Amino acid sequence: MAADKVDPIHQFHINKLIPIDIGGYDLSFTNSALFMVATVIVAAGFLFLTTSSRSLVPGRLQSVSEMAYEFVGNMLRDAAGTQGMKFFPLVFSLFMFVLVANLLGLFPYFFTVTSHIIVTFGLAVLVIATVVVYGFMKHGLGFLKLFVPHGVPVFLLPLVVLIEVISFVSRPVSLSVRLFANMLAGHITLKVFSGFVVSLSALGAVGVAGSILPLAMAVALTALELLVAFLQAYVFAVLTCMYLNDALHPGH
Amino acid sequence: MFVTSAFAQESAPSADTSHAATEGDTHSGTSVPAEAHGTFPPFDPATFPSQLLWLAITFGLFYLFLKRVVMPRVGGIIDVRNDRITQDLDQAARLKGEADAAVAAYEQELAEAKTKANAIGQQANDAAKAEADTARKKVEAALDAKLGEAEARISSIKANAMKEVGSIAEDTASAIVEALVGGKASKAEIAAAVKSVAR
Repeated sequence: MAADKVDPIHQFHINKLIPIDIGGYDLSFTNSALFMVATVIVAAGFLFLTTSSRSLVPGRLQSVSEMAYEFVGNMLRDAAGTQGMKFFPLVFSLFMFVLVANLLGLFPYFFTVTSHIIVTFGLAVLVIATVVVYGFMKHGLGFLKLFVPHGVPVFLLPLVVLIEVISFVSRPVSLSVRLFANMLAGHITLKVFSGFVVSLSALGAVGVAGSILPLAMAVALTALELLVAFLQAYVFAVLTCMYLNDALHPGH
Repeated sequence: MFVTSAFAQESAPSADTSHAATEGDTHSGTSVPAEAHGTFPPFDPATFPSQLLWLAITFGLFYLFLKRVVMPRVGGIIDVRNDRITQDLDQAARLKGEADAAVAAYEQELAEAKTKANAIGQQANDAAKAEADTARKKVEAALDAKLGEAEARISSIKANAMKEVGSIAEDTASAIVEALVGGKASKAEIAAAVKSVAR
């Protein structure tokens, strides 16, 4: 029991709540799935309920929803122009999903959906797939101009194209690993410092006095994690906007 | 280290599934750290199909709900507000223009009224002056006429008086002469004498 409390990895374990097995694949409803559902319900419920009065002069919560909407809208318009607004629902959904998942993960005993690489990778692949599919649909083979920057000397071109291709291929990886690693590292650090508090206080009076420092660290880290939760959702959305801009305007 | 162990287990995912499940259930009661006998949970491929499926379901529903319900609503609220603000600004500008026009009209009217009042005052002043002048002239003329009349009468009276003074003097002189001298002086002499004295 004590080891569980101190074990910083324990919080990332996936437990089956409703075992489902279809065709040899384990598709169980797990605690991860539960928190995905919770994320969706919290995010959608917040946006839906706060705007239900449709006030001309918004209340606090309604203005939070409107701010999120306009924030993402402006972000997308700045990065991808007015044509990019057709992807507004996608970017807004991604931003809200990642943000709420990050924020929910900050509650003690809650599971952090975005601390699993497969989840962030799934979202990143969704973004890149949208970019590739839309890019080829809109520009045909002209989308490949994305890999051929203007004004590069011919003898350098193979090298540059190679670099561009590698950078494009590594996008889903970097997009997913950035979010995943931030959430994972933050939660491990929080857990380690909180674990220090528990272990030290078990040592008696001196330990309790000594646990003040890690406690203060845990409090400060919680504030930092709150910032990181917002920041990573923002970064994810901004990068999505920039990648979508590539799909819309492949020529550099 | 985690990665390699995760990849090592990837070769036998079906066998690993049941193993990992029992592990997840049992180890919460044990004191052995999880990574000692299992993969690092985020890199455990056994959980991937389930997570991807539920991510697809939840995120798909979330996307549809936002696209169909939330975003038209929020966008509508913001559009309505922006329309309302532009409308109100337009109305304010229109009302301000009206107020400015009213002020200008008022000022123009005021200036007109002022000039009119000045003109009327001037006119009245001139009329009063002219009237006073005519009245004064009439009075002066009347006075002049009266004065002339009076002077004429005075001179006639004077002339009469002077005439009578002559005859009275002659009478008086003849009486004096009669009393003093006892003789009668001729009328012509007396008249000549009176005339020379009266001169």
